[in-house]
Amino acid sequence: MTNQDRTEAHFSLEALQNGDQAEFARVVEAYSGYIYRLALKMLQNPQDAEDVLQETFIKAFHALPKFQGQSKISTWLYRIATNEALMFLRKKRPDSISVEANLQDDNDEDKKPLQIVDWCCLPENELVSDEARQHLDDSITQLPESLRLAFLLRDVEGLSTRETAEALEISETAVKTRLHRARLSLRENLTAYYQGQILERA
Amino acid sequence: MMHHDHKNCYHILDSLSDYVDGELREELCHEIERHIADCEDCRIVVDTYKKTIYLYHETVGEPEIPSDVRLRLFRRLDLEDFLGDAIEETHE
Repeated sequence: MTNQDRTEAHFSLEALQNGDQAEFARVVEAYSGYIYRLALKMLQNPQDAEDVLQETFIKAFHALPKFQGQSKISTWLYRIATNEALMFLRKKRPDSISVEANLQDDNDEDKKPLQIVDWCCLPENELVSDEARQHLDDSITQLPESLRLAFLLRDVEGLSTRETAEALEISETAVKTRLHRARLSLRENLTAYYQGQILERA
Repeated sequence: MMHHDHKNCYHILDSLSDYVDGELREELCHEIERHIADCEDCRIVVDTYKKTIYLYHETVGEPEIPSDVRLRLFRRLDLEDFLGDAIEETHE
């Protein structure tokens, strides 16, 4: 059971739907850290992440009377937050291509030759050094937005495939496809980075 | 740098995500395990793919929100009255 699951059971849906501020404050307390982390990793800018955080909870408060509890509260908040983050990115880069534009079903991207370097043997302190952590974050930002979201929700935030599908309002199959492409792309990126570390050690 | 482009290995790759998530049928898992026992390149891809996921998972840490960001959030939501309660609950 995740921390989010443990928190989930504590809220009264009835109180939330009736606009109970104390109950809503508890929801904000429980999930604002998760939403802020997602926004920060998605946008890589603290001010933008804070804007998304605030908009997410403002929208959530107004939408609560209609929230029927079909999804978990956390999943529902992630859905609002991902929409906010995507809208934010659109506003910042109005000419950017749509989320789906780079997600055509051709798998050419997946069929590129893979880099083969066994970097698993590097010591843990090198794998997770400050520089390496920065590289991990930077690699996420290089992913197309839709792959980035699938990866962040599933592998960073730890949502299930079904919850990720609900949050992104796509099918579970689409989640799996995006997740796999994101993981492959990140693996390539990390391989290039850690190969450099191995060469430096040699 | 070596590159792995054995066409016969791509079917392993297609199942990799389900394999590491434990969602692949048992016989297909065995097929992958037999393959990577003989194919060093695929073994490395599987290991580094798993390690990539592990590293992101390991380095994510606890969800934290800077105190000033939290304060502004509660203010924006007109929930300032509950800041104190929330702090106490957090430390319970």
